[in-house]
Amino acid sequence: MPNYVSTSREREVAKPSADGTLVRVGAVGIVVLAVVGIFLYLGGWFSPHKLTPARFTDAFQEINGTHSGFRRNHGKGVDVTGYFESNGQGARLSKAVVFTVGRVPVIGRFSVGSGQPYVADAPDTARGLGLLFRLPDGEGWRMAMVNLPVFVVTGPQGFYDLMMASRPDPATGKPDPAKMAAFFGSHPETVQAFTVIKSHPVSSGFDNSTFNSLNAFRFIDNNGNSTPVRWSLVPLQPFAPVAAAGADQADKNYLFDALIASMHQHPLQWRLLVTVGQPGDPTDNATIPWPEGREQVDVGTLTLDHIESDDTGVAREINFDPLILPAGISPSDDPLLSARSAVYSQSFTRRAGETKEPSAVTPSEVQK
Amino acid sequence: MRFLHWLMAALVLTMLCIGVAMVASLGDYHSLVSIHRPLGILILLLVVIRFVNRLRSKVPPLPPDFPSKERFVAAASEVLLYSLLFVIPLVGWAMLSAAGYPIVLFGSVHLFPILPHNLMLYAFLRKTHTVLAYLLFFAFVAHFSAVLFHTWVGRDGLFDRMAPWRVRAR
Repeated sequence: MPNYVSTSREREVAKPSADGTLVRVGAVGIVVLAVVGIFLYLGGWFSPHKLTPARFTDAFQEINGTHSGFRRNHGKGVDVTGYFESNGQGARLSKAVVFTVGRVPVIGRFSVGSGQPYVADAPDTARGLGLLFRLPDGEGWRMAMVNLPVFVVTGPQGFYDLMMASRPDPATGKPDPAKMAAFFGSHPETVQAFTVIKSHPVSSGFDNSTFNSLNAFRFIDNNGNSTPVRWSLVPLQPFAPVAAAGADQADKNYLFDALIASMHQHPLQWRLLVTVGQPGDPTDNATIPWPEGREQVDVGTLTLDHIESDDTGVAREINFDPLILPAGISPSDDPLLSARSAVYSQSFTRRAGETKEPSAVTPSEVQK
Repeated sequence: MRFLHWLMAALVLTMLCIGVAMVASLGDYHSLVSIHRPLGILILLLVVIRFVNRLRSKVPPLPPDFPSKERFVAAASEVLLYSLLFVIPLVGWAMLSAAGYPIVLFGSVHLFPILPHNLMLYAFLRKTHTVLAYLLFFAFVAHFSAVLFHTWVGRDGLFDRMAPWRVRAR
């Protein structure tokens, strides 16, 4: 490398005129401003109305209040552990290690879909099941499923708009009917989704609920073939319809109490059914169910045999991000997936640094 | 040496842009994060190689009439930049460990966690990562501005010390 040294004589010779200097200083300024400007633009500083993960999470807090240490949605929950017994049937669709025959430990969390961690249980509130499959070599498979047959919106903007349209009017304590009507008017896919949802009877409790991935994913096999799939956890516990409103349901935690009682008697089990999509089945629209008669592959059985409070369980420390996937499972083009990952990350980061307020379902309640 | 500088300049600039864009995005979040992680580890590897190389190399000296205040600033900014390029990816690795996330680089290639699963630790490291990244951006802008100033206004040939092309001795 040449050992270059500039002498002061050369620097003198090169010194420019005063006018030239101003132009050159200006040029430096413009280039630096342009670089800074690009950075600010990419970070969204020039788009104050763009929906970002932060603004999305702010909306949850605005509507529900900020509850220290809790998830911004599905804040009320209870932790479970168990295992997944793979029967090997999934291996032809996906090279993921979870589908080889064998057993992997599972950590999970049952929840209700509300931004209020102390909300009273009700039969119609969406029920959630988050799962983390601990796979060998540090891989993990996380899923966050809900007991709805389809999702109500196609993308994050729709979810945000629905959240805003359905927020309780302070005067009445209920959503503003005009706002709701306006939303449904501009979102026929949501109206259609609710029709599908209403045609599927809700079960009596967590233990006999079917939980669905809602979003499509792609299974990649050893040859690189990619198959679109959706999956469901179908309970072995028999279906029973929602009981006619009775004294049982007056208890604020009746759904969780029933789950706890059930699990204390015996482990609960679900079959993991993978539905194989055909060409033409939408992978980017979670409001549309796939046609009846699609091939369903039973890839194994989930057993949950231990339950504890969110206050003591590991699941409270886990972000059930549906895009934490092992090799062999990939996201589809469903626009909800990346948005879920982004917003869950925001919620997780915020609650991680907060004091953990006690859960609605306390350790003593779980012991009963 | 110089090759490493220009390669890393391109990578770091890309990282800063990806970092700031991904946290503001819903639809591109996943794909940007998936690039951000392995790129961060690549920068960590490269800065270690570069640092070792730097200690063992003879660098072109500053001009003899270079004011001592400016010498100090040059040395301090070099220390700051090397430090940030080393610490920021480490903090990223540490924060993912503390969050309990698998640290995926690509495919099934994973890093081992370097901290236990602890949410308070994660929250602190996550914030630190952001603060240091903004500091790096600021340091980059200062460095870039100073280089442009020396080159276009000072016209003092300082750029030749790092220029990627061969410099004929003047």
